[in-house]
Formats: sequence, C-alpha cells, structure tokens
Amino acid sequence: MLEIEDLKVHFPIGRDSAVRAVDGISLSLGAGERVGLVGESGSGKSTVGKAALRLLSPTSGRIKIAGVDITKAQGKALRHVRRKAQMIFQDPHSSLNPRMTIFRSVAEPLILHTRIRGRALNGQVAALLERVGLPGQFLHRFPHELSGGQKQRVCIARALALDPTLLVLDEPTSALDVSVQAQILEFLKELHGQRPDMTSLFISHDLAVVRFLCSRVAVMYLGRIVEEGTTEQVFAAPQHPYTRALLSAVPLPQGRQSGNRIRLTGDIPSPANPPSGCPFHPRCPEAIAGVCDVMEPVFEQSGAGTSVRCHLLTRNAA
Amino acid sequence: MTDVTFSERHESSIREYRRMAATFRRSSSAMFGLVIVLVFLLMALIGPWIAPFPEDALGAVHLDNKLQPPSAAHWFGTDEVGLDIFSRVLIGARVSLQIGLIVTGVAMLIGVPLGMLAGMSGGWMRETIMRVTDIFLSIPGLILAIAIVGALGPGIINAMIALSLVWWPGYVRLVEAKTLSLRNETYVDAARALGAPMHRILFVHILPNCLSPIVVKASMDMGMAILGAASLGFLGLGAQPPYPEWGAMISIGRNYMPDWWWYSFFPGLAIYLTVLGFNLLGDGLRDVLDPRQRS
Repeated sequence: MLEIEDLKVHFPIGRDSAVRAVDGISLSLGAGERVGLVGESGSGKSTVGKAALRLLSPTSGRIKIAGVDITKAQGKALRHVRRKAQMIFQDPHSSLNPRMTIFRSVAEPLILHTRIRGRALNGQVAALLERVGLPGQFLHRFPHELSGGQKQRVCIARALALDPTLLVLDEPTSALDVSVQAQILEFLKELHGQRPDMTSLFISHDLAVVRFLCSRVAVMYLGRIVEEGTTEQVFAAPQHPYTRALLSAVPLPQGRQSGNRIRLTGDIPSPANPPSGCPFHPRCPEAIAGVCDVMEPVFEQSGAGTSVRCHLLTRNAA
Repeated sequence: MTDVTFSERHESSIREYRRMAATFRRSSSAMFGLVIVLVFLLMALIGPWIAPFPEDALGAVHLDNKLQPPSAAHWFGTDEVGLDIFSRVLIGARVSLQIGLIVTGVAMLIGVPLGMLAGMSGGWMRETIMRVTDIFLSIPGLILAIAIVGALGPGIINAMIALSLVWWPGYVRLVEAKTLSLRNETYVDAARALGAPMHRILFVHILPNCLSPIVVKASMDMGMAILGAASLGFLGLGAQPPYPEWGAMISIGRNYMPDWWWYSFFPGLAIYLTVLGFNLLGDGLRDVLDPRQRS
C-alpha cells in the first residue's frame, strides 16, 4: 500500500552542509497493515510521515502509494492520491483553521473532492462527528472553544471523511492529557477493527502506544531505521542496543521497575554532522572500539526474525 | 440537525462579536475615535443636504460677504470671495472620504495579493516582489507622490492615483510577513494533505487569518491617505480651488493668516480630527482583533 524506497530528506543549511533528517529509509506497508515508527525526538520520524504524503519533497528515493509513484507527482495527480491518503497531526490546536467552524473544517475534504452539498453535506458531517464521538452541538463552534481531545477527534473526523485507504498518524496523542490519550487510542483501535483494510503508519515516541496499536514496528535513530520486525518480536527480544534502551525506559505499572535499566547519556547527535561509523556508537553502552566508530553497520536479519543494523549481531553470531 | 435556526448556526460567531464589542467599549480612546469617524461618515453622507449654503461648495461668489468672522449665520466664517466655510468643510468630508476609500482600497488590491504571492511562493518570485517593494519603501511616500502628480499634472484624480501607487508597498510587507508565518501552520499542511489547490489555500486558509492586521492597517491608512491628499492639495498638486477640499482650502487660507485665522483653522481642524479619529479607531481595532501585535 505504501512503499518507501531509500528515502532521503536533507534540509540544506548554508552552502555545502545539510541536515540529514532522513538518510536512506526503506519501509513497506502492506494493505491493512499497521506499522509503528518509533524514535526519540529528532530521529526524523515525523519527516518520514510528511514525506510519505509529499508534504515535503524528498531529496532522493521513491515513494509509492497503492502502486503509484508520487515522488515527482504534481498538481492534479498529487491531489488524486491525497484523496485516499490522509494525515493526522501531532498538535490538534494548530491543525484546525481558527477561522473555520468545526463544520467547515470537517466539510472541507468533502467540498474539495465530492459534489456533496447542502443538506447531504450537513448530514454527512454530522455523521462523521458522531462517529468520532462528538455531539452535534459542536458543529458550529470554533476550534478555540474545544478541548485538545475534542479537536483531535475533529481532525480524525476530517481525515476519515473521504474513507482513506492510508492514514499517517504523526504522534496523534502526545499533545493530549493522559486520560484523553487513552480515549483517543481506544478509538483508534476500534477504528482499525471497523476498517481492517485501512493501512496506517503510526509515528510515535511512545513504545507502549505502538505496542497497543501496531502489528509491526520500525525503530529510527538519526534518520535511519535501526531495527524492524513484528511487534511481538521486537518487544520480546530487542536486538539493537538502542531498542533495548528505549524499551527499558518504558515505565511499568505499579512501580515494578526492571533492575537492569539501560540509561542513555547525552542527546541525539546533530543530523547535520552525524558521527562516523555507526551513528549510535557515541551513546551505545556496548560499542566495540575500532569497529563501531569506523565501519557503518549494514541491515541484516537477526536470529529473532527481525532486521537489525548493528555490528554486535555479526560479532555474536561469529 | 439540518433545520438549525440562524442564531443556533451562528451562535459562536455572535458570541465572538459580543466579546469583541465589549473589549472595544472598554477603551475610551477607541470609542472616541469611533464617534469621530461616525460623525465624519455622517457628514460625508448627508453633508450636501444639511449645509446652510450648499451652492458655496462650487464657485459661487458673494464678494460683499468676504472674510466675515464666525457668526450665527456663518459658523466658521467666510472666505475671500464670501463663501461659507462651514458648508465647504461639510461638503469636503465627502471628498476626503472618497480619497481615503479609493487610496486604501487600491493599495490593498495591489498589496495584499502580491504579499500573499511573495510569502507563499519563495524563490525568485518572492525576491522580485520584495525588492521592488523595498525600492518603493525606500523613497519617502509623499515625495514620490509629488513626483508622480508632477508627471501626471495636478488634479484630484491624479493625486489619488499617485497616493495609491505609493501606498501599496506597506501592504505587501505586512501580508508577506503574515503569510510566511501562516504557511508553516499545521492547518495549512493539513489543507495540503487534503488535496486543496494553491488558490484555495491562499484564499480560504491564509487570507482570512491575515485579515485582522489588514483591517487595522486599513483603518489607520484611511486617516493617513486623507492627510496625504490634503498635503498634495496644500501644495497645489491635488484638488484645485474652488473645489471644497480641505488641504486646498488651507493652502489659500494660509495667505490670510493670522488676521483671518478661521479661513485655514476650520479645514485644518477637520483634517486633524478625522486623522485622529481613524488612528484611534485603528488602535482600538488592533486591541480587539490582534491583541498580540500591541507594541
């Protein structure tokens, strides 16, 4: 459904350097698949999401939606694809036009792509809002009169208006209160149940959320995927030290904390000037001197069934 | 749900306008400005019918009555050919309103689309528009207007053309800056993701959100354009006597200072109050529409 091949997105800064936000990512989502893309802030995961829908132009690589190459698509062709591919953004407060009523915002995709008008339009918008659990009284309000969770529901309703086959969710819950997060996640889970053929790419830094919603997960670090596999595989036996560190940082209920918590020190390095060799080596607790800081690891199959980009894998296998 | 009443459907908007009106009313200077502007608009609307000597507006001559001081019959006195200054000031309001509306209107029509285009497009298009704007902004407006009128020849139409031509760059700057900040808003991305074409993004998503600063600037510019036209009139480049234009009246009245002070004093007062009124109104509108831009 969505195929990303060797995607690179570089943002030029100055004359001859660039921020390599996304540096060679390949990811393939089958129809109806729900894939999670996780990583720290600054790992480039949101950029992947935006590039996948061509909100950003990729520097190189290819993006195909439903078999159609949209890497270079323009104008009408691009609009046609966008009808079937929708995005939900991180910050619901800024993703609704403050001058439009909720009705207008949700009606917008229908006005753009269909000939539904008048009473039929009113009915359809009301039905959409009802579907995301918003009563009709909100219809003619402005976004600033709604709470964050309500706004996010409006955004979901807007994205669902055209029955998309591909949905990119860019941290849809991270700007919301914890209690509201749970409601939205429950709703998304339910939605997946109702629409099993809808493909979704779920971008998040929250592993628990990804585990709850996704069947497959890809872990990103500094513009690359470092580990990819089914959710069970990755959560049961993480192979990459970075994945292990992320997993050990997930808080457990009732204060049960695993004793051997891996603490990462320092920040994610600048993508304008990535470290030599494996980009993770300066922070990796298991880095092998003379190997990890020199050679770039390749992506390979691990014993656990996942694909991992790490030197330790070959080292342990040998 | 399909049969909602008007008040239900627009409940939120009505509440919003009520809140704005309440904020506006709290500011006494804004209310003062509003009152002046309303009086000015009323003068422009019904001036010719309430003026005591409407025929004095255009070239009647009553030499036996010349240069009378303010009295019950002539509230603002009379000029050197015996025309009633009160009538001329009243009827002049319509001329000034016309100048203000046309100059700001034309400036907005040129400036706003160019600003949106520059802010949205980037690249050479933006560079070209903004550098041309910079060139216009780097020359003092009135000087440029004088040069343009000089080339076209004096007259009220040419004065309006000249003022319009020097007024638009301000709008380009304002709208370009606003568009630049708006185009990175998530809702603009969301609109693109929905497949909205460029013109729809510009006119449905960007323009309505630029409107507040445009309205504020326009209301202040009304005053400034009237002042600009009066300046051109004063220099003899705008409206020509005996056309009842305030600047032109001051220009002649200046020769009769200080003994016949009322001749230039009352048109001057009219300009002063009108410009003050539009500025106070603009300030008040800014507080209501655009509270973050207060400086």
